[in-house]
Amino acid sequence: MADAWIPLALTLKVAGWATLLNLIFGVALGYLLARTRFPGRDLLDAILTLPMVMPPTVLGYYLLVLLGRNGAFGAWLQSTFGINLIFTWQGAVLAAAIVAFPLTFKSARAAFEVVEPQYEQAARVLRIGEMAIFFRVTLPLAWRGILAGLLLAFARAAGEFGATLMVAGSIPGKTQTLSIAVYEAVQAGQDDLANFLVLVTSLTCIVVLLVAGRLVPGRVPGQS
Amino acid sequence: MISDGGVTSVIYVCILRSIRYTFTEKIMSRLSLVILTLLFSAQAVAAELTVSAAASLTNAFRELAPLYEAKHPDTKVQLNFAGSGALLQQIAKGAPVDVFASADQVTMNQAQEQGLIKADQRSDFVSNSLVVIVPLQGSGAPASIQDLAKPAYERVAIGLPASVPVGRYTKSVLEKAGLWAAIEPKMIGAQNVRQALDYVARGEVDAGFVYATDAAIMPDKVKVAFTAPTQDPILYPIAPVASAANAGAAKSFVDFVHTDEAQAVMAKYGFGKP
Repeated sequence: MADAWIPLALTLKVAGWATLLNLIFGVALGYLLARTRFPGRDLLDAILTLPMVMPPTVLGYYLLVLLGRNGAFGAWLQSTFGINLIFTWQGAVLAAAIVAFPLTFKSARAAFEVVEPQYEQAARVLRIGEMAIFFRVTLPLAWRGILAGLLLAFARAAGEFGATLMVAGSIPGKTQTLSIAVYEAVQAGQDDLANFLVLVTSLTCIVVLLVAGRLVPGRVPGQS
Repeated sequence: MISDGGVTSVIYVCILRSIRYTFTEKIMSRLSLVILTLLFSAQAVAAELTVSAAASLTNAFRELAPLYEAKHPDTKVQLNFAGSGALLQQIAKGAPVDVFASADQVTMNQAQEQGLIKADQRSDFVSNSLVVIVPLQGSGAPASIQDLAKPAYERVAIGLPASVPVGRYTKSVLEKAGLWAAIEPKMIGAQNVRQALDYVARGEVDAGFVYATDAAIMPDKVKVAFTAPTQDPILYPIAPVASAANAGAAKSFVDFVHTDEAQAVMAKYGFGKP
């Protein structure tokens, strides 16, 4: 049963990295779409939301075709940097990050949209730089919404199955996350292992939800 | 204080509500009836025969099914393909399967030990061989199984030995050659033999172990480097499932795959006689 901790650790690693990527790109793109207007903004929003509605296997296929050794982007990565993502844990991170992306992006966009522009204008009057305004005014005001989105993204990334299996395969200790380990244990008839893995997964999910509840309380402190 | 007009309107609303309630109820019951009919009507059309077959049988069985249906117009064949181990687990968990065709004896033995199949009607119906394939575009090919241990072969697609027969055959061949420890770290596990074939065809791995019949499906994408002799011959067993809802059709399908007509189809896809 010690085997079960390896997929758990790997799942946390993959989901953690995927969440970090989501933090950077989800917040940046959420801010961009909340605050600027440009032609094709709605189209970009739709494309960025696609992973939420598309089947993970379709995404997995896209990624496999794009990033594979013979894929347009994969061949370039391989020849330029010697990077190969297929069947690696980094590939699993990419798959999980893309699948979970709309959850962060949508939450971040909504959170930025409800930030009152007056606060930023006040900061501008005080001659605070735009960068500082973002990090000291806008981001702290939008933070709770973003955090809620990030936690959902973490949970979604941790449970990713379809796209991950297609892009990263199922290599024990390398790309075999909890959800894939469960699938394989069931296929191989190892019910004891499957039971244990399912229990570990359920407990992990409960812990994540409890932590989420603590981090994002129903009311904002300071307001009643 | 509620005026007379107010009281009247309250009563009016109550009556309207009760009318709307019964009306909605009626619609709901009609609707649920329609939904139930739509959901389950397909089953009433023809007797279904569900055949769970090893992934390597995919193409051949897709051609066999219409031939069988032509002879038995009242039966509709449902094909379900996956790694043999996965199919066994589905049957063990109570999936409504009538016929089970596995790619190896080990899986069928497990089914028999658990009392899942009709052992007296079990038979071997085709044979196959294990080959090493490489992408057609790739440079060179391994001459022997020892070559796969060389650094040039970074990734080798192998069916997962725990649930995929081709992986089990591969593991025993590699163990016999004393190469399992050297090649296991390069192994990219496949959920079934067709996934291993796909990995090689896409050039994502440098080599892969599949059946000769799988390699023959994609001659434009993969080439056979050599045949890896297995200790035991690769024989595919087939048997009716013990809990088959359609026992008569299950037996007739098993008999059908032994006929000359069916065997000719199997031979077309490269399967040998048992």
